[in-house]
Amino acid sequence: MENNIFHRNIKRRQNVGKLFYIILLLFSLIGLIGLSALLIQILRDGLPYLSTNIIFNYPSRHIDQAGLKSALFGTLWILSLTALISLPIGMGAAIYLEEFAKKNWITNFIEINIGNLAGVPSIVYGLLGLTIFVELLGLGRVVLAGALTMTLLILPIIILSTRESIKAVPNSYREAALALGATKWQMVKRVVLPIAFPGFLTGAILAMSRAIGESAPMIAISALVYITFIPSHAMDRFTVLPIQIFNWISRPQAEFAGLAAAGIIVLLTVLLLMNAVAVYFRNRYQVKSNE
Amino acid sequence: MRDNILNVKDLNVWYRDFQALKDVNIDVLSNKVTALIGPSGCGKSTMLRCINRMNDLIPDAKIEGEINFDGENINSNHLDPIYVRSKIGMVFQKPNPFPKSIFDNVAFGLRINGFKGSIEDEVEKSLKKAALWEDVKDRLKDGALELSGGQQQRLCIARTLAVNPQVMLMDEPASALDPIATLAIEELIRELSSEVSIVIVTHNMQQAARISHRTAFFMVDENRCGYMVEEGETNQIFTDPHDERTESYITGRFS
Repeated sequence: MENNIFHRNIKRRQNVGKLFYIILLLFSLIGLIGLSALLIQILRDGLPYLSTNIIFNYPSRHIDQAGLKSALFGTLWILSLTALISLPIGMGAAIYLEEFAKKNWITNFIEINIGNLAGVPSIVYGLLGLTIFVELLGLGRVVLAGALTMTLLILPIIILSTRESIKAVPNSYREAALALGATKWQMVKRVVLPIAFPGFLTGAILAMSRAIGESAPMIAISALVYITFIPSHAMDRFTVLPIQIFNWISRPQAEFAGLAAAGIIVLLTVLLLMNAVAVYFRNRYQVKSNE
Repeated sequence: MRDNILNVKDLNVWYRDFQALKDVNIDVLSNKVTALIGPSGCGKSTMLRCINRMNDLIPDAKIEGEINFDGENINSNHLDPIYVRSKIGMVFQKPNPFPKSIFDNVAFGLRINGFKGSIEDEVEKSLKKAALWEDVKDRLKDGALELSGGQQQRLCIARTLAVNPQVMLMDEPASALDPIATLAIEELIRELSSEVSIVIVTHNMQQAARISHRTAFFMVDENRCGYMVEEGETNQIFTDPHDERTESYITGRFS
């Protein structure tokens, strides 16, 4: 009797489940395979050219002497300065929007536009930086102008990701703090921010990873490749790794392509080191939650 | 005149256009446990959250009427809700200790309120009052979330007591706990009433009967607006209610 009503077909349903498991697994492998292929290719091309020379030498048209010292230090300068400027501003804006701002059409408008800004092509930020920081403010093509341009580029990313991590803090913690007589700022500082902190670091990793790889806006404002000194202050001229790599790769000699691959290895190493530090701190401050 | 610590007069609460609570008048007696009972959606929790101004956090809430406490109207604008909340503590339905150490949880209220004495002593005292000291005295630095549900709720009670409130509001504090932990919390509530006045919302009528000195019965009308039916000695409400709706409810004819 019951069998007339239910067509259980358990075998078939199980098979559909297995089929989708395999399809989804394949999809996730595509990314992994692509990344591995890329890494193998780069390592194969680049490792023979990777030497202390390339890290400690300035650019040169002689292949055996060419290095990316100035670009490496330029990148480190840009990254540090960008982080110093963009992280406080981005996190401050996110905390304000999430915890303090009243929900009305103005904050809605700001929210939508931060989302839009995250999608603007980076060259647009480069031209904006060129117009405002280099020309209008008269900073020139210097580290500070580069860092400020990068800041514009990654602010939306920082704000969005910081807001997400603040949103993820359960409201019950806010209520508990307020019910004990905490002011809003005490609640934010002592309860919300410590819980959201690991999430902040994730956002910071994403943003800085974006910044380290960007070449278009840096080309727009620096346009310099041949630099034979390390920037010693924020108002020095500079170049960055992606520009140096781009320069090498566009040269006719095959050996420079190898150098470019070695440059990419250096870039990836800096990126991975940076992320490793952030992941270490994130895990250290990760808190268990009831939710 | 009765020794009341809170006097609620003509309390009306709206959320936007929706009236959640209508014309509530009730006295809360000092050092007694007052239970608010009634069916879901009858405004018990709303009532509770008016008393420590937690309803301020809801953007569209409008509260009219007086809640007199210590000679002042809590519901007036010249009283800072931060002050009100430091005098009238709250324990929530789901245990919500901060993801900090046991010690830091209890010390939180002391630190934010600028406590000048010995924080260590006060933490110990509060944990003892909440009957948690023996369980945790050797692991104060451990994370609060490692405690069991019942211990977490007692930690939340200790955290609230540390600020030395005159009134403690409890919103179904045992509903997320197992029966044994519930009994321990009930016993604790009864003990604590000697030094702090307690208002407790509960769905569990046996619980109200067991722990409270006074009981207020709330109902909800056809517009989903809550109101108080009657209020009195717990004994009288449960054995000889004046209103037949109260009798129907406590005898289980509707819920």
